[in-house]
Amino acid sequence: MSGESTYTPGNGLTRWLDDRLPVLRLVNDSFVDYPTPKNLNYWWTFGGILSMCLGIQIITGIILAMHYTPNVDLAFASVEHIMRDVNYGWLLRYIHANGASMFFIAVYIHMFRGLYYGSYKAPREVLWILGVLIYLLMMATAFFGYVLPWGQMSFWGATVITNLFGAIPIVGDPIREWLWGGFSVGNPTLNRFFSLHYLFPFLIAGVTILHVWALHVTGQNNPSGIEVKDPAKDTVKFTPYATVKDAFGMSVFLILFAYFVFYNPNGLGEAANYVEANPLQTPAHIVPEWYLLPFYAILRAVPDKLGGVLLMFAAIGVLFVLPWLDTSKVRSARFRPLYRQFFWIHLVVCIILGWCGAQLPSNVLFGSDTQIGIYDTRGEALEAVTTAAKEQGLSPEDDFKVEEHVEDNKLEFVASRVDFAFDVTDLSRILTIYYFLHFLVLFPVLGLVERPQSLPSSISESVLGKKAATAEA
Amino acid sequence: MMKTMIQSVLGRRAMGVVMAGAVIATGFAFGVQPASAASEAHEPEAIDWSFNGPFGTYDKSQLRRGFKVFKEVCATCHSAHLLKFRNLAEEGGPAFSEAQVKVIAAEYTIEELNGDGDMEERPRLPKDPFPSPYANPEQAAAALGVAPPDLSVMAKAREGGPDYIHALLMGYQDPPEGREMAPGTHYNPYFPGGAIAMPAPLFADQVEYEDGTPTTLDQESQDVTAFLMWVAEPKLEQRHEMGFQVLIYLIALAGILYFATRKVWSDVH
Repeated sequence: MSGESTYTPGNGLTRWLDDRLPVLRLVNDSFVDYPTPKNLNYWWTFGGILSMCLGIQIITGIILAMHYTPNVDLAFASVEHIMRDVNYGWLLRYIHANGASMFFIAVYIHMFRGLYYGSYKAPREVLWILGVLIYLLMMATAFFGYVLPWGQMSFWGATVITNLFGAIPIVGDPIREWLWGGFSVGNPTLNRFFSLHYLFPFLIAGVTILHVWALHVTGQNNPSGIEVKDPAKDTVKFTPYATVKDAFGMSVFLILFAYFVFYNPNGLGEAANYVEANPLQTPAHIVPEWYLLPFYAILRAVPDKLGGVLLMFAAIGVLFVLPWLDTSKVRSARFRPLYRQFFWIHLVVCIILGWCGAQLPSNVLFGSDTQIGIYDTRGEALEAVTTAAKEQGLSPEDDFKVEEHVEDNKLEFVASRVDFAFDVTDLSRILTIYYFLHFLVLFPVLGLVERPQSLPSSISESVLGKKAATAEA
Repeated sequence: MMKTMIQSVLGRRAMGVVMAGAVIATGFAFGVQPASAASEAHEPEAIDWSFNGPFGTYDKSQLRRGFKVFKEVCATCHSAHLLKFRNLAEEGGPAFSEAQVKVIAAEYTIEELNGDGDMEERPRLPKDPFPSPYANPEQAAAALGVAPPDLSVMAKAREGGPDYIHALLMGYQDPPEGREMAPGTHYNPYFPGGAIAMPAPLFADQVEYEDGTPTTLDQESQDVTAFLMWVAEPKLEQRHEMGFQVLIYLIALAGILYFATRKVWSDVH
């Protein structure tokens, strides 16, 4: 589909340049004459939106780095200096902080679009793998960046994540100390995270170039999932068709972006990160940023730490082998009646996993108790629990609970036996199992048992077919 | 025919919306939780702050009243080291004049190295920070038992923000019968856990307002909370103003691009 170059230099200067460095030819073939399927919908504008996000993050980030100080004693104050004394510093910082969230909103839509329309399938495996690699780099970059303001969540988030590496047998501890540059998260950690936070976006930019290159070799997938047969009928030129459509998509996306920056700039963040890091005071509830929550839920779903870490990385790792797990001959879910339903179920599972990641694992979602009695002091209630536990041969810690209530401005302690309790951890476990089931079992099986609907014979026919149906209606 | 159309519309376009709705509904369903073991913190009352909403601005007289409460009450124990005197005269704040700020700053002194290399005391200037009552947190903890937190960004550093601070200041009460308070703690159901080290800091008529506003506890705590919000977010007014301009621009741009897209694509079939 990339085909032969259609570029003809218009004047002497461009002809001269074209013989020496055909950069204008590259731009023309990639972003002007490049044929795009004519049936692309607005879910296809997120590639452009993501490039815009990367650009915004790099530009605001470079300026922020001019004013930021990566030192444990100065970092928090330097961020507040940016917010107060740097010209438009508040704007730069709020764009950059919310820009990370916007970047992830866009990448998740982009990825789920790929999953829905089968964009990872042959011949686009390398394109997909490069995309997953970009996603991994994005998560690392966002994590490094979140540590830089040196608030409580920065510090404790960094502590929790780096401690994961301590779960690796034998070499875990040395690796962790090597990451920290000491015996805990401290100044060397902050310094290297700053350095890496500055480096990684350029790695993302590099892999993005490969991603776009791979895209332009295979050509874009499209909602029908069938390949371009006749470029003259099935495709339109990138410019102006895709350019103007992408620009419209970007402008709508920027409206959402601006809402957060100007009217809800801390809505996606944690209040605790406005408290300066204090290694001696652990926050009551350590949570990562929203875009990492599903993986955090998977991590906590496993009772064993190493198992949790492995499963969490496997949740991303499985995406790399997706092209070979899918046995379906048809790409687009539009023509896959079974997969189409499981796609939505899987999306909902991912979102609820994210919700689980934000809750306390022990929060009971539903259950049933048998009340033993109401007491004036905790001591009496605990005594009653101990007696009941001994009588019934149960564990006083696991099978009973004591709750505090205020009734008519009087404190009372309700002791009860827990007959059944389904908590956040239980839900996370079920959803984690489903997450892997979806890729490891449903992907290979669905392709074999599903009977796909009949495909249109060409992209142009699929467009015309839809038009005709609308006209008829 | 109608039905197939609805189905195809649902299937293609609105499926995402339907799904999002389903997810939110599920979230609410799960959000209803049975009574939890610890006595949960009370939900703070939502106040209709002047700075709320997309066009919200600070009430300048309220900020000046709040500064008085802060200066005379809070600042005897708490620091707000990011607040500089010059901020009091900056746009989007309590709008003191530069001359007033000089007078306010000169009420305090600061030690500075002089040309001979000795520490020398001089009156504070607008460029100087608001003084902290203790030299360091250790000294504060030695004097008070627990070091009071810095208030510079407090209005953003707690769940609930200004609503929480206002509720906390108003929320001191006798503990429920049977609840034993550890020494040095005070019952406040708005504080997580209910036991706060800070004794009730604010009472009605504790300060005297120059503008004649009644000095009820509610008024005083609203004023000081608004002031703390300004200290935490001094650029809020600029942000709201610019946001409106940016949104108008983006909506116009999106409109133009929408029609441009339709025009460009009109010859594709």
